[in-house]
Amino acid sequence: MSQVQTAPRTIVDRHKAVIWLRQMHLIRRFEERAAFLYQNQKIGGFCHLYNGQEACAVGSIGMLRDDDYLITAYRDHGHALARGMDPKPAMAELLGKSTGCSGGKGGSMHFFQAEKGFLGGHAIVGSHIPLATGVAFANKYKGGDQVCLCYFGDGAINQGSFHEALNMAGMWKLPAIYYVENNMISMGTQLERSSAVLDLTVRGGEPYHMPAYRVDANDVEQVAEVTQRAITRARAGEGPTFIEAITYRFRGHSMSDPQKYRTKEDMDKAKLRDPITLWENRLLQRGWIDESSLEQMREEIRDQVEAAIEFAENSPEPGPEDLYTNITVAPYTPQESD
Amino acid sequence: MPILAYRDALNQAMAEEMERDDNVYLMGEEVAEYNGAYKVSQGLWDRFGSRRVIDTPISEGGFSGIGIGSAMVGLRPIIEFMTFSFSLVAIDQILNNAANMRYMSGGQFSIPIVFRGSSGMAGCLAATHSHRLEAIYSHFPGLTVVMPATAADAKGLLKSAIRSDDPVIFIEHENLYGEKGEVPEGDHLVPIGKANVVREGSDVTLLTYSRSILNTLAAAEQLAGEGVSAEVIDLRTLRPLDMDTILKSVLKTHRCVIIEENWPYCGIGAGVADRIYQEIFDELDAPIRRVTAKDAPIPYNRKLELSMLPTVERIVAKINDVLYRKA
Ligand SMILES: Cc1ncc(C[n+]2csc(CCOP(=O)(O)OP(=O)(O)O)c2C)c(N)n1
Ligand SMILES: [Mg+2]
Repeated sequence: MSQVQTAPRTIVDRHKAVIWLRQMHLIRRFEERAAFLYQNQKIGGFCHLYNGQEACAVGSIGMLRDDDYLITAYRDHGHALARGMDPKPAMAELLGKSTGCSGGKGGSMHFFQAEKGFLGGHAIVGSHIPLATGVAFANKYKGGDQVCLCYFGDGAINQGSFHEALNMAGMWKLPAIYYVENNMISMGTQLERSSAVLDLTVRGGEPYHMPAYRVDANDVEQVAEVTQRAITRARAGEGPTFIEAITYRFRGHSMSDPQKYRTKEDMDKAKLRDPITLWENRLLQRGWIDESSLEQMREEIRDQVEAAIEFAENSPEPGPEDLYTNITVAPYTPQESD
Repeated sequence: MPILAYRDALNQAMAEEMERDDNVYLMGEEVAEYNGAYKVSQGLWDRFGSRRVIDTPISEGGFSGIGIGSAMVGLRPIIEFMTFSFSLVAIDQILNNAANMRYMSGGQFSIPIVFRGSSGMAGCLAATHSHRLEAIYSHFPGLTVVMPATAADAKGLLKSAIRSDDPVIFIEHENLYGEKGEVPEGDHLVPIGKANVVREGSDVTLLTYSRSILNTLAAAEQLAGEGVSAEVIDLRTLRPLDMDTILKSVLKTHRCVIIEENWPYCGIGAGVADRIYQEIFDELDAPIRRVTAKDAPIPYNRKLELSMLPTVERIVAKINDVLYRKA
């Protein structure tokens, strides 16, 4: 039932195209440095990197309006940066600092930025899909035309929350876009071991009365085109859309994953279609960038990420008194304490 | 003052708040066209229409999440569970999302939502349909847990819950829906976090809430005939607990019995008793006693079910215990 998008068409202008390239480079660099900091035990807990999937976020968020909303799972650094989060509070959050985008209380998996309509990183697989649906419900309730773009992994499709939410969204024609980043694996489980059908548009589209598109998400422009269609439909009050973005994650599931389940050959093959290289080459072909502007861009991004690390390292930790702040809006007293 | 049933007091609270604030809406199974499984939402769909009174499919996790998501961007949903037993299907949404959102986001997203619905052993509903989950919900920082016992409190607390900027677990009791009482008209607000001394006394403090208030008052009445003066406190809010009112009373009576329809182990009474011990152990003239549901799944058989509950007899026995009194 899916409509497959293949031929790349020019759908962005030069200005936006270069911004997208910069964002993808920023995400890649940010993640590489986060990996380094994780290995040096500056970052704790679970840290899921976005390498290889950059075009998924950049090409879709790039089509949103400032007053739209987006929400995602725990692999959330890329979405936050693509939405324009300053790498400083992002890095500070990874280091658990009070200047972090969630005040050091969320960590890698729980980035938030209210002023940009970034409704979080959510770490219970599938649990945020009803939230996205609620945001879309609210948009419609208030009579606005904003959309809510909801990202999740191929593993999340197996949660009941996904099916419950999409059913209501389809029935009520809510302005939501359900966007599965199908990297063909959930943790160490290949898609064929978790889904009865491999074409996920079959599971998310027609059953819930919404159009479904499958897109090669190594191509940022194709992502953008499909997302634009979904946005137009949602704004017009015609209801939700399901997008299956075919992608590949270049690193382990989280930083603690030895990746025994796949071979170096598979990885090398996937890297031949690195979304950043593909986009770079296309922009070079179009004459929208050249080697020297590229070099300059890379250097600026390196500096920007280093500045973010410096900011994060020099930021204060939350104080002991912060343990009890922001639990409720009403004044909060712990029920018991020593 | 008008006399209303508990059910109608809840209905009035919702109607008034929906009238006052367009961001308030009601969502749940059978709340609209069917007028509610227990008729709490009677007439609201007629009055407010399908935009604001919304029937859902049987997807508790899904529509709870929709409520929470809509609250993240400014709406103030009332989510009805047909009974709180079914909230178990939505518990991930309530605990992981509603209770944590403000904290995890560093204060950026609060969740002004009310989860409400019936609960309790209401007559031959057996183990899956008789749950009382206040002990579970009261465990979690970020949630407010409210359980009204009277029609007036049903209205006043629900209005306060709807106006609260935090997630409120509002647990009604199926057997109280028909209970009638005086209910103030208009903007009657009962503050969250405040217990109510419903009967003054000097010999023993009886702490209770929800339906158990009825048997507790009956027990107090019975003992009054025997010269025992019992103070009865309706806790009303279980989280945050009104320790001031509790301590003030126990400091006066030096004895305390806690009555609830919950299971005993890790129950509300266990937690409340411990807090009293920690604060004023030396003031107690007897160990605190608790009357709870029996520690078994809830049986279908009517006689067995009734044997689970805190009866007047069981309450009186424990009061006599703390008074070192022979019945
Ligand atoms: C309810 C729940 N079960 C299990 C986990 C542990 N877990 C975290 S991520 C993950 C795999 C999810 O894979 P997918 O949805 O494909 O997303 P991806 O990691 O590929 O981005 C698992 C099993 C969890 N966080 N939540
Ligand atoms: Mg995956």
